[in-house]
Amino acid sequence: MGAGMTPQEIIARRIARELSNGMLVNLGIGIPTKVADYLPAGVNVFFQSENGLIGTGAPPEEGMQHPTLTDAGGRPVTALPGACTFDSAMSFGLIRGGHVDVTVLGGLQVDQFGHLANWMIPGKMVPGMGGAMDLVTGARRVIVAMQHAAKGVSKIVDKCSLPLTSLRPVDMVVTELAVIAFRDRQAKLLERGPGVSVEHVVANTQARLSVPDHVPEMTL
Amino acid sequence: MQTISVKDSVAMIPDGATVMIGGFMAVGTPERVVDEMVAQKKGNLTLIANDTATPDKGVGKLIVAKLVKKLIASHIGLNPETQRQMHAGELEVELVPQGTLVERIRAGGFGLGGVLTQTGLGTPADAGKQRIDVNGKTYLLETALHAEFAFVHAFLADYLGNLGYALTARNFNPVMAMAADTVVACAEHIVPIGVMSPDHIVTPAPVVDYIVRN
Repeated sequence: MGAGMTPQEIIARRIARELSNGMLVNLGIGIPTKVADYLPAGVNVFFQSENGLIGTGAPPEEGMQHPTLTDAGGRPVTALPGACTFDSAMSFGLIRGGHVDVTVLGGLQVDQFGHLANWMIPGKMVPGMGGAMDLVTGARRVIVAMQHAAKGVSKIVDKCSLPLTSLRPVDMVVTELAVIAFRDRQAKLLERGPGVSVEHVVANTQARLSVPDHVPEMTL
Repeated sequence: MQTISVKDSVAMIPDGATVMIGGFMAVGTPERVVDEMVAQKKGNLTLIANDTATPDKGVGKLIVAKLVKKLIASHIGLNPETQRQMHAGELEVELVPQGTLVERIRAGGFGLGGVLTQTGLGTPADAGKQRIDVNGKTYLLETALHAEFAFVHAFLADYLGNLGYALTARNFNPVMAMAADTVVACAEHIVPIGVMSPDHIVTPAPVVDYIVRN
């Protein structure tokens, strides 16, 4: 598996396997959005857009967009049968109150304890945190979708040099090289990417990884 | 409730006012009001809004016209002009997590001094904020936000001022409609009393001061 797939596709496909029937799921911008494209057959989940929609569907065909039916990036979407809309207080009540089963977000850095930094690069890029801090603090399960390294530098680090998004550790990071879980302040290597060796993952990860005897390859 | 022209609704705003404007990436923003604010050059504003959209849309146009002195928002990433003015020291920006922002506005409209949340703890968003322990958990105290004016966008308004919203254009609008001294609503359709079912009215007429005539 994995031959000919881009890193983004590997990541999105692997994360899609974490979703099961009936879950309320919030997907961030970028790689996380692609997770919806790879839901396993027979799995139906509710996608939330934090601007006020549950039941977010794929973008509409050309000419069928509605100016007041958009996702959290402001792009036109459709609403699936049974969709509902609400205001921002309800939307973040769902998020902060632990009603969102899984949130998938992009990341700039994740440290060895699972702390995520994903909202600013001081002096360079200050877009604002939007809903990210609430999502990481409040969702039941937090999964980070990101490439393993940026410009050859590991994004999974001893300590984040960038400002954190939350003190709440994320549950899992999925990259094109590895699935890493964070439990009890430890980063544990659960799976390796298609055709990737454990040694390659360890050599390309700055944070210390706990490595079990058997690390299976990802199933996509 | 009174009806008002868009011109007169904006003429009410004094220099340096604190203004809330509804919308999420300009979806659900009363664009006619924003355009009129630009035309009348209403300046030195403190603007409370979810985001600053893009330079050509929604409240992004107020930023480009340099009418905003202080901005309280959760996201400015798609408006390069907001970031430019912030880095140049021309615009004071208070970035607030989105869920915290809406709750601070809700508190302001619901008679609460603030709310307690764990969002932002241990991040730059907790700077200078009081921490309060409740049942063994630490929370940040986030204080209420209130404005002199709220400009909201609705799908339907009836002749009394009852408001209903459409799809994702609801966002911050009903919450802001509770949190200002003077509440001005623009609606896509203004309809006779009775057209809107009581169950579909989201903002009750008594909180709406003005409906902008279409």
